[in-house]
Amino acid sequence: MIRFDDVWLKYHHQERGPGALARDVLRGISFKIPDGGFRWLTGPSGAGKTSLLKLIYLAQHPTQGRIDIMGTHAAKISRRDAALLRRRIGVVYQDFRLLAHLSAYDNVALPMRLARRAEHQVHADVTEILRWVGLANRLGALPDELSGGEQQRVAIARAVVGRPKLLVADEPTGNLDDEQAGRLMTLITALNRLGTTVVVATHNHALVEAYPAPRLEMAEGRLTAHG
Amino acid sequence: MAKRHTDPLGLHSALEDWMLPVLVAAMSFLAALAIAGALASTTLAAQWQNDTAAALTIQVPQPGAPDAANNATRLAAVQTALQTMPGVTNPQLLSADALNHLLAPWLGTDAASLGLPLPAVITATWSGPGAGDSIAAALNKLAPGTLAQTGTQWAARVTALTGSLQTCAAAVLVIVALVGGALVALATRAGLAQRRDTIETIHGLGALDADIASRFASRATILAVTGAAAGALLALPVLLWLAMLAAPFASPIPQPGLTSGLTNGLARSLASMPPALWTAMPCLPLAAAVIGWCSAQLTVRGWLRKLV
Ligand SMILES: Nc1ncnc2c1ncn2[C@@H]1O[C@H](COP(=O)(O)OP(=O)(O)O)[C@@H](O)[C@H]1O
Ligand SMILES: [Mg+2]
Repeated sequence: MIRFDDVWLKYHHQERGPGALARDVLRGISFKIPDGGFRWLTGPSGAGKTSLLKLIYLAQHPTQGRIDIMGTHAAKISRRDAALLRRRIGVVYQDFRLLAHLSAYDNVALPMRLARRAEHQVHADVTEILRWVGLANRLGALPDELSGGEQQRVAIARAVVGRPKLLVADEPTGNLDDEQAGRLMTLITALNRLGTTVVVATHNHALVEAYPAPRLEMAEGRLTAHG
Repeated sequence: MAKRHTDPLGLHSALEDWMLPVLVAAMSFLAALAIAGALASTTLAAQWQNDTAAALTIQVPQPGAPDAANNATRLAAVQTALQTMPGVTNPQLLSADALNHLLAPWLGTDAASLGLPLPAVITATWSGPGAGDSIAAALNKLAPGTLAQTGTQWAARVTALTGSLQTCAAAVLVIVALVGGALVALATRAGLAQRRDTIETIHGLGALDADIASRFASRATILAVTGAAAGALLALPVLLWLAMLAAPFASPIPQPGLTSGLTNGLARSLASMPPALWTAMPCLPLAAAVIGWCSAQLTVRGWLRKLV
């Protein structure tokens, strides 16, 4: 379960020059997502979607309020436990964050290797998931040698290869055509049916309409609709 | 499948500059010199201390005059007393020739011809405690005005000098260790800054601080050990050369048969290098390993604390 309880966020290093007042990026956010739930996260650019997702995948501390992720009070865990919790969260970053010096295969293998999984298991899972996203013939390619859409699919493969309990995706269809976006949604809904909690931020209305699910709607750092 | 390298941090080339090993080599070179200096001064001082402290010189003025008890000449009385005095061995009366020879630089070739009243001089070996004041006191009762000097005072000065040299060497070692640690920290910081995005990503994927820190630490350790070993090896010829210069002072009995020939000279200087040096030199890479590992670990863990 994910639970936000009156969560506020202010970035400490606002890139606005000295003297500028730090603005509240998230303001009094409260919601719950049950285990195995699916939520769209929508809202205009700058509404705070990415910021909210960062709090979910433990890349940011809230300024105020309480966050529980998979039943764990996020502010109370050790660095080590936070790292172990992150291994159960799959993240598709808006900017992919592939490692430039690693092949598509090794990028996808990374989370499994960090979790010290056996290499034969890594091989089986990585080739399977890369086949799923249509990159079976690009295993050895470096990110620079892939198109934007292909890079995004590698990023998605890396997020789901460890069968995470929680999948967080930030505009995952931004660089995909409709057919690829459809394939991605098939993959995500399949994972969700297998019990993974899913939160997908998007401003692709057609997609939201095609896959109806509860929505967290944001505007100017507030939750304007919930459910 | 074209598998390129799988090291997520790309650390096979991390801290890639030759700078770190070269600077560590320089530090290790300095450390080797400091250690050698400290050991050599200890060896030399021990030698000198024995020689000087053991030298006892007794001057008997008016040696031909009767002694206090009016039994014999003053010189004879002193000589007899010295035979049985504890701590005094091998008393030798300097012959008139030897005395002349000693005084020649000051008084010309024949001091006796000047008609100066010369004291009799006796040399002996002193193994008793203290500066030998007790001897002078005892001998004065037999022959007033008799002087007895040991090298104890000089020996104390040599001890003080050696102590200062060793303190300096220790200070150099501490500074070298601190600078070495700082160099590793700087290189590690540069490596971290260069890979900031990568590290953030790996951290986000659930890498433990210990995983990331140990990768940097192993790399830093390899580079530091390489540098330290190179520095120690480079110091070796310099140390040999210094040992060669010091050899005549270090060996109490010169062996003229051995001094000829470079091979003999080398062998002799190798032999005269303090044995502790052969233990200390391999410790340099070892110390570099410990310093490199700790410094990198601390730097990386501190840096990672900035990440949530
Ligand atoms: N690292 C940051 N430092 C300072 N301000 C930030 C940072 N990230 C986002 N912001 C600000 O927070 C607000 C919300 O941004 P974001 O969460 O990225 O919204 P969205 O994903 O909905 O576009 C924006 O005004 C943005 O400028
Ligand atoms: Mg965003």
